[in-house]
Amino acid sequence: MAKITYHTHDNKTQTIDVQNGLTVMEGAIQNDIPGIDADCGGGMACATCHVYVKEEWLDKLPAKEDGEEDMLDMAFEPKNNSRLSCQLIVSDELDGLEVNIPSKQG
Amino acid sequence: MNKIDVLIIGAGPTGLFCAHQLGIIGLSCEIVDNLDKAGGQCIELYPDKPIYDIPAVPECTGEELTNNLLKQIKPFNVKFHLNERVEELKKNQNRWHVKTSGRVEFDVAAIVIAGGVGSFEPRKFSVKECEKFEGNSLFYSIKDKSIFKDRNISIFGGGDSALDWAIELSNVSKVNLIHRRDGFSGAEASVQKVKELNDQGKLNLFIKYQMDSVVGDKKIESVKIKHDEGDIKEIKSDYVLGFFGLIMQLGPILDWGLNINKKTVEVNTENFETNVKGIFAIGDICSYPGKLKLILSGFHEGALAARGCFKYAKPDEKLRFEFTTTSKAAQERLGIKK
Repeated sequence: MAKITYHTHDNKTQTIDVQNGLTVMEGAIQNDIPGIDADCGGGMACATCHVYVKEEWLDKLPAKEDGEEDMLDMAFEPKNNSRLSCQLIVSDELDGLEVNIPSKQG
Repeated sequence: MNKIDVLIIGAGPTGLFCAHQLGIIGLSCEIVDNLDKAGGQCIELYPDKPIYDIPAVPECTGEELTNNLLKQIKPFNVKFHLNERVEELKKNQNRWHVKTSGRVEFDVAAIVIAGGVGSFEPRKFSVKECEKFEGNSLFYSIKDKSIFKDRNISIFGGGDSALDWAIELSNVSKVNLIHRRDGFSGAEASVQKVKELNDQGKLNLFIKYQMDSVVGDKKIESVKIKHDEGDIKEIKSDYVLGFFGLIMQLGPILDWGLNINKKTVEVNTENFETNVKGIFAIGDICSYPGKLKLILSGFHEGALAARGCFKYAKPDEKLRFEFTTTSKAAQERLGIKK
């Protein structure tokens, strides 16, 4: 279990206990956190679960696979701290992770 | 006006297989899709990537799957209406009257929505002012490349479309290629070619830059691009092209009075009919308890929805369950000669 904090574009913050093994994307979808669409269902095929990871977490997360960076090219306003939340698998190590959800996904 | 039994919206694997199931039970159908070819997400998102979970097909690519499905429905001569988006829907007594973006009209007994996660549309620049130049000096696809001759063109993106157009247009135009990182998702050979052209001064490559703003009154005159580290450059541009792939939008389906929940359409699991009688939804676009977004689920949903359509198409007839191995009628429809 890890506490994941989602900051939505309308400046609301929700902290959710997400079970290990789920993704940060699933944590948002299952708890109706707005702004993450996840059109492809987690297949790294769409870039609509794009989030900005809080800077201090960047190095602690598992590195991106090539496919993730390719999809981020398609994301809305990608930045250096962009990740696809479907590729972030929750574990105890991710406890305290904070992500910002962009104003839109496409 | 095309008078047929069923209109299928979406030419992805689910829609294609549903057409097969309709054909087997003797119903006519036509398919509308707003992409320029059949295959849906399989073709648009992962044509070359292998799929391992199609029953009895250990491995195939999205393209192979699509081609096989097209082969499977060939006996039914299903008519495709590509590059068309369904826009209007009207109930006309017991039938539906449907109109597409290209003004094609249908008179059908039932509708099967197999629309995936919506229709594919180009992803756009996030810079707001881009909207007003769209279609005049800013494009997301190219229809007439001759307009770019001897002009300054700024192309944004790092995939195959961006690379291919940068290479092609560099023969006749002054091309700037702008991409947000030093890696590209396009083919390696194209990446090498672009770098070569850049070294030879035949093209200008701007890496780790993204669009900052566009400058111009009626038409674009230049674009400002911003480096990761904050440096801003202004480059003269008569035309701006953005190639960021496609995004899926539910579109007009939203206005049809269907129960929609999180961009999916609620259906029953008996025949995958929606809350609106005569409109069915199958594949990724439908939702019900236990829904799995797998191609194989879409096939199952399509088989049942096709049978659900029968009572609307042939209200006075009874549908008898038959196997293709032994049914004479089914084999005749498949054009099998013995």
